[in-house]
Order: sequence, then structure tokens, then C-alpha cells
Amino acid sequence: MSRRLGPGTVEFTGDIRIESYAAIVGKKEKEGPLGDYFEHFEEDTTLGKPSWEKSETELQRRTFALALDRRSLSPSNIDMLFGGDLLNQCIASGYAFRETGLPFLGLYGACSTMALSLAMASAFCEGGAADRAAAITSSHFCAAERQYRFPLEYGGFRAPASQWTVTGSGCLIVSRGGKSPIRVRRASFGAVRDLGLTDMNNMGCAMAPAACDTLTRYFKDTGTSPKDYGAVVTGDLGKIGSEVFCDLCSREGYEVSNHLDCGKLIYDTESQKVGSGGSGCGCSASVLAAYFLPQLERGEMKSLLFMATGALMSPTSFQQGESIPGIAHLVFLESEKN
Amino acid sequence: MKTTAKEYGEIYRGYMPGSKALRDCTAAFAVGGAICVLGQLIQNALKDAGLDKDAVALLTSASLIALSGLLTGLGVYDKIASFAGAGTLVPITGFANSVVSPALEFKS
Repeated sequence: MSRRLGPGTVEFTGDIRIESYAAIVGKKEKEGPLGDYFEHFEEDTTLGKPSWEKSETELQRRTFALALDRRSLSPSNIDMLFGGDLLNQCIASGYAFRETGLPFLGLYGACSTMALSLAMASAFCEGGAADRAAAITSSHFCAAERQYRFPLEYGGFRAPASQWTVTGSGCLIVSRGGKSPIRVRRASFGAVRDLGLTDMNNMGCAMAPAACDTLTRYFKDTGTSPKDYGAVVTGDLGKIGSEVFCDLCSREGYEVSNHLDCGKLIYDTESQKVGSGGSGCGCSASVLAAYFLPQLERGEMKSLLFMATGALMSPTSFQQGESIPGIAHLVFLESEKN
Repeated sequence: MKTTAKEYGEIYRGYMPGSKALRDCTAAFAVGGAICVLGQLIQNALKDAGLDKDAVALLTSASLIALSGLLTGLGVYDKIASFAGAGTLVPITGFANSVVSPALEFKS
């Protein structure tokens, strides 16, 4: 039975583990600093499909298959699927799992979806509603760009704080019990935080307040601090958002000196012309699955806080002059490997 | 969280990098100027071909629009624009690109 530590913060007292994981990325991500960690990538980002939305659907489908394959599981071993993405009506996720016949729980957390789906899958396994649940998300640069920003061939000029949507997907299989050394210990579900930022080219700064809010509330609810964890990993605050995040946390009394950001890790911000770094659901998902989880599995990292951040605006809300609210969900992962 | 919206505005603006104004203006000036020179050359050629004033004006604009459309379709225009900024946006080339690029989206 889960223990409630505070508003939104839950401790999983059952034996919740990440049994399997997989990530697939695109060409640009493979060419980045984490290239060697991305075992699976797609040279052709169309994935052989005639539209970008179909490509992203196929990306999720392949990532799910990979995660199952890694532990010789089949779809029938999965009790529930928690999935979401950035596309309108989350069609990449919905369409990807049409043929599985599995109970599908669609989620929208914008770029926080990996943490949200992982936390939900864990909670359902803890509560006994599932023995094994999959958490999956993705993003595709081409599909996101034309939905949120401009047509792909539009000759626009990128602002310095803008970020580059990652083409990538990550899938985690969560189980109750089992032999995996990666344990899901706690989750903290964040509140929507909006400090009035209206610049669509500055997602990192739009999300930083939510990240600070969720993290500091988690520390208060658990009586812990940054140094109690191997790393505090955020999803896609980017270079500028990360600096602002650390500043905000410092004002709340927490020095997050062990902060890492997936958006900063996945690209070389100098040479790859990605502005402030990577963004998108697939950013945190692919970096978590390909870079951090293997380290936890091998015992090279003992623990981390994985906090993916999302910006909850839509093109419509932005055009109506609304500001950009952020959200951040957090999961505490621990390794039992010696 | 203690920080208010007003305070946050000041906090995050302190971390924002400025644009590289000199580089951006120079690139825009050079490319924008080159496009205009090209337009002038087309105009001169059409005049020398004996066309009347109205036809020359129309065909000069049309040529630049056609060229922009072609470069957009070939996937080259956005690469020039990412360097040139206002240099490609301000002339009629910017208009052509903004019409052709969403039309292309329907193909994928």
C-alpha cells in the first residue's frame, strides 16, 4: 500500500522495479555526445512512413517491441500501457497500440510524460491493478515543429533560447517484484505553475518554476536534500532553463550542485545548432532509458531523482496571449546493485 | 515557492543571452542586398529585352517569387534563411517562402 508523504508525494512500499527499458533516437541524437549510449537509432527519420505523424507512431511501436524483446516478454505479459506524446490528441501513442489489444491509458504531460507515465505505471502496480505496466512516450522534431511552430521549410530565424525537439522514444516496463536491481521508490506529482512567461522560444524558463516547485516540495515532504541522491536529473530545461532552475532552488534554500539536464546532455549545444538544447517527451525518455537506467542497473549510479518538465500551452492559448504554465513530475529511482 | 511573477521576470531575463546583433545585421544586409542586386539584374535584362515598364516590374517580382518557391521546395531556402535572417525575410522572397512552405507540409 502506498504511503502519502505530502501533497502529491507518494512512497511505493511494494516491490516496484523497472524490469526492462528501451530507447530509439534519430540521426541528430545519435550524432550527439550520448551517441555511443544510443544502441538503436533510425538513420531515416521517416521510418519509411509517408507522414511525420505516422513516423512517430512507428517510432513508439518499435520502441515498445524493443523493450519487450530485451526481457523476452510478449505484449500479453503487459497488463496496462501508459502512453502519451506531444501531438494533438496524442495520436502517436493511441495509433501505435491499436493492434496490441492492451488496456491503454493515454496521458498528456507535454514533455513531462516520461516521469508522469512511469509514476502512474508504478502506482497501478503498487495498488495491484497491474502486475506489469509499460510507460512510453516519444517526440519527433518534424511532427512537433509543424504543430507548435512553423512549417519545416519555413525560413525562420531561431532565437538563442529556443530548443530543438528530440526525435526519440523511450519505453519502460514496470513490474511488481522481479529480479531487476532498479527500484522505483517514490514519486511526486507536480502542480501547474505559471509565473507569467509568454515567450514560446523560451520553454526552459517557462518550466523552471514548476521544476523548482516540485523538487522543493519533494524535499520538504521527504525531509531529504539534493546531496542524498546521486543526481537530480531534469528533462529538458536546456542550458538557460537549468541556470534559472538552480537559481530558483537556491532561493528556496537548496543548492542543487548535482543537477543534470537531459536536454543539455543529448546535444552538443555549440556544434549542433540546437539553441539552448534538446526538448520534447523523447528527450527525457531516451536519455533516461539509454544513459541513466543502464548505470543504475550496473550499480554505477546508486540513485537519482528523475524529474521531467512540461509546458502546458497549446498553439491556440499562445495565440490568445496566454502565458505558458509549466509542470514537473518526479520519480525517485534507486539501484540495489552492489 | 517564494518567487513572484514580477520577481521571476527579472530573474530569468538576467540569464538570457543577447542576440549577436553585429553578426545578424551584417548577414541580413549582405544577403538582403544580394537578393536586391539579383532583382536589379533581372530587371535590367528584361528592359534590354524590350519589354514595357509594367511587364518588367511584374516579371521581376514573379522571377524572385519563383526562385524562392523553387529553393523552398528543394529544402535550401531555410538553410539560407537561418544564416540571413531578415535578409531573406524582408524582400519578396520571404512572402514566397511563407506561402510555399505550408503548402509543402501537406505532402508529408
